Amino acid sequence: MSAVPDDLQYSKEHEWVRADGDVATIGITHFAQEQLGDVVFVELPEKGATVRQFSSLGVVESVKAASDIYAPISGEVVERNVKVIEKPELVNSAPYGDGWMIKVRLADKGELTQLLSPTDYRSHIGETAGAGGD
Amino acid sequence: MATEAPTMRRTPLYERHAELGAKMVPFAGYEMPIQYEGIVAEHRAVRGRAGLFDLSHMGEFFFKGRGAGATLDRLVSSDIAGLAVGQARYGLLTNERGTIVDDVIVYRISESEYMVVVNAANIAKDRAHVLARLGEDVALDDRSFGTALVAIQGPRAVDILGSKTDADVRSLPSFGVTQGRVAGTRATLARTGYTGEDGFEVFVANADAAKVWDALLDAGREAGIKPIGLGARDTLRLEARFSLYGNDIDETTDPIEAGLGWTCKLDKEFTGRDVIAAKKAAGPRRKLAGLVIQGGVARHGHEVAHDGEVVGQVTSGTYGPTVEKNIALAYVPTPLSKIGTALAVRIRGKDVPATVVKTPFFRRPE
Repeated sequence: MSAVPDDLQYSKEHEWVRADGDVATIGITHFAQEQLGDVVFVELPEKGATVRQFSSLGVVESVKAASDIYAPISGEVVERNVKVIEKPELVNSAPYGDGWMIKVRLADKGELTQLLSPTDYRSHIGETAGAGGD
Repeated sequence: MATEAPTMRRTPLYERHAELGAKMVPFAGYEMPIQYEGIVAEHRAVRGRAGLFDLSHMGEFFFKGRGAGATLDRLVSSDIAGLAVGQARYGLLTNERGTIVDDVIVYRISESEYMVVVNAANIAKDRAHVLARLGEDVALDDRSFGTALVAIQGPRAVDILGSKTDADVRSLPSFGVTQGRVAGTRATLARTGYTGEDGFEVFVANADAAKVWDALLDAGREAGIKPIGLGARDTLRLEARFSLYGNDIDETTDPIEAGLGWTCKLDKEFTGRDVIAAKKAAGPRRKLAGLVIQGGVARHGHEVAHDGEVVGQVTSGTYGPTVEKNIALAYVPTPLSKIGTALAVRIRGKDVPATVVKTPFFRRPE
């Protein structure tokens, strides 16, 4: 697993987006889960709720502390990851896989241009290209 | 008024923590490791195998002289006069108002010498408190900054430490204390800890700390020992329902409401005894209760509600990796402290259901 996969877009608050047509999957990055430590609780919006770009969509709690998850894009929640609510440790073990958070129907595809590319995100977290990951 | 120096202290094991990749945080004026590998993995290592802790920030006060025992018996809530050489006891430093100045362990090292281990954040306060109340024929020697403390805790601790010391740790009883050599260096060894597991605390001079740390990590490698940070120390102690000074107890709380009445020997004289005895007789207005929260992690300062009304406050809360539940301690009115009572914890504006449960949340299998 790469620490910053090349096929995703990122927010400065350490969320990732995988856009597929007009639906996007949202999660938090490897860097974010590493900073949080062991995730023990995830609170996500219900299906049908609306999330707004750069506003809080939910919360991840690690043993240490609670942190907001910010919506990298706006839209209607079409699915939330029930598995990650039941097994919050998936956020640590598979942040880009089974540890995803929600899927939203994009309200405005133009918002995607406001996100960071993998290269920009790497420099945002102070990682040189190609380094890190396992 | 004197201003406090902003410089962070480092323990003699600072370099070791850096080499082990620890995340360091400021704690009680020290740069301390909060975690190495991760809180849950470290927590489980202590419950299942063994963990090594740098607790050199803790304070060590030595009381010497013919009057040492009598002075401590008046300063500390528990039975210090009844402590034999080689025994240790948990107790409270209390003030005239009957509230808690600190929680401590008193170790009787010899006929006329006692060591009192105090919380790092309270060293200066405790020293002043004690000096103002010192009796006759006793001298206080505060060796907090020259003494290192390495704790080894967990079911494998006795074997690992046993392989590196000439002291007979296997036959040392719980809360026993003895002198010996660990990795060739002079040490005070006690079967005490703050995890709910069997284990030991090893006190050495700062200069010898790294030697002891390295030897125990090395000796414990096969058993699966891990270095443990303050993060797991907190989850371990909370599962075992040990109070954390500054969170669960402080100078606004009394021993009775904190569930520490058992540490108060009320048929002797000690500071604040009369107030505490009266509180016990009247019954506490509130009690520190154990909670299990259904959905969400309670944290220090969260409000506790009953029927939509705020009735108390969380003092400690976390996810308990062994009990696999979100657990907390909270002061609630005595009638609401009964086991099974349905309460709620206000987490981010929402009332999350919680139930009063029996504590400790975790008890080591016999």
